[in-house]
Amino acid sequence: MLDEIGKNLLKEVAELDALPVGAYNIRVNGQSSERNTTANIDIVTKEDKSGIDIIIKPETKKESVHIPVVLSQSGLTETVYNDFYVGENCDITIVAGCGIHNCGDEKSSHDGVHRFFVGKNAKVRYVEKHYGEGEGRGKRVMNPTTEIHLEEGASMQLQATQISGIDDTVRKTTAVLAAGANLEVQEKVLTTGEQNAVSEFTAELNGAESSCNIVSRTVAKDKSTQHFSSTLAGNAPCSGHTECDSIIMDSAKVSASPNLTAADVDASLIHEAAIGKIAGEQLLKLMTLGLTEQEAEERIVSGFLK
Amino acid sequence: MGYQVEDGEEKEILRDVSLKIDDNIVVITGPNGGGKSTLAKVIAGLVKPTEGKIFLDGTDITDYSVTERAKAGISLAFQQPVRFKGLSVRDLITIAAGKDISVNEACKYLSEVGLCAKDYIDRELNASLSGGEMKRIEIASVLARGAKFAVFDEPEAGIDLWSFKSLIHVFEKMRSEHNGTVLIISHQERILNIADKIIYIKDGLVERYGTKEEILPTLMDASREGCDILMDKMED
Repeated sequence: MLDEIGKNLLKEVAELDALPVGAYNIRVNGQSSERNTTANIDIVTKEDKSGIDIIIKPETKKESVHIPVVLSQSGLTETVYNDFYVGENCDITIVAGCGIHNCGDEKSSHDGVHRFFVGKNAKVRYVEKHYGEGEGRGKRVMNPTTEIHLEEGASMQLQATQISGIDDTVRKTTAVLAAGANLEVQEKVLTTGEQNAVSEFTAELNGAESSCNIVSRTVAKDKSTQHFSSTLAGNAPCSGHTECDSIIMDSAKVSASPNLTAADVDASLIHEAAIGKIAGEQLLKLMTLGLTEQEAEERIVSGFLK
Repeated sequence: MGYQVEDGEEKEILRDVSLKIDDNIVVITGPNGGGKSTLAKVIAGLVKPTEGKIFLDGTDITDYSVTERAKAGISLAFQQPVRFKGLSVRDLITIAAGKDISVNEACKYLSEVGLCAKDYIDRELNASLSGGEMKRIEIASVLARGAKFAVFDEPEAGIDLWSFKSLIHVFEKMRSEHNGTVLIISHQERILNIADKIIYIKDGLVERYGTKEEILPTLMDASREGCDILMDKMED
């Protein structure tokens, strides 16, 4: 069962005060701790490796799956493989997320490999939140890998947030889109101290009228470093847009590299990247409304990452 | 009070400006580049005068920061409103009001500037808003602030579609409901017409300061001065 630390982590990553409604699997310190399945959603433990298969029957609507992970044991490192099989015409929400509390001196890490197989015309909203805390010197590390396969007409909305406490992260997201499929990604990252975050997106737009929109907003403070890369391949009449917008502060370092390849005359691909400090006039405007410089800065950063 | 900058050579932006502003509506006018916006920035604390002092209700605020001046009751509507990715109209009005406000309360300020709160309250202050919309929101933020000394830097600029009448109405309403001072930088005769007093600034100097009745006729004459070639062209 969860202790206070675990409960707090669960609240941070999944906004849960109690067990969620619907299907769920809560993983605590490397073990599956609580599980619930429904008539339409089955959760099966993998036999060959650590992880679960989440199988959602076709036509399942308005249901949710929560699969939060909590690590509070210092020095625990794990790689977990979760596969989602979403049937045709589903409309579901999946909430994942990982919270690490490390009060020891050893590295704690969770590497989640999530694969999504989304059936025809299904809709998935996937929310993933990463959070770390604890006063120990041990690093808190998360390396999520997300692999997305969207069949004809399928759509997926991915919201990934990493606002505090993760020392090192390499996030890799790949997507393959069939005809008429749509992928929307919103990523929010804040790094502080000496943290390092790498985010790599690759989307292959293989079907006619497929589309994807990847928007990353990040803030790098102190001496932290960030790297964002996005690779779009337009192999059919399609539209793809990626945008990386970063606020850089203190002695941080941010890099962004787009890579667009079109192999069809009707592929339309756009990349936008902007890196810059908070504009002086933004601070001044909020200061003329009574905020101190520091309050203004906090307000701008929190709004940007909202 | 004066303000100088060094840009290769010393340049005086404002010199020997000595004013007592205590009327309801005071309008600053004068040619472009004359120092009007700089004076507004000096009052709000965005730039610090290189000589002289500024008082608010008898208190020396020369060394007050922008924040301290805002808390003391000075507010500034920027000539070029600032855009923020991630902050909504609601956020800005809430910050300005200094407390959480309901849609109804926000509606009070936004409707004054001709915007429907329902349509705008959750809009982000980003590039999706037009210059005119940003300008109206900027004015609404200063209304929400309720400052006793509110400065508006060219409020008419960019609000082409919003009738001028509504803007005038905003200031007239401020005059009747609010005991403080509204200082407006403007080139517009219709705004000059609602002034109690007019300040005419040219080349960093206050050339004239007096009641509307005293100053307005002289401005009409002044507009006929200047470059002969330009005047001839205008008459053609």
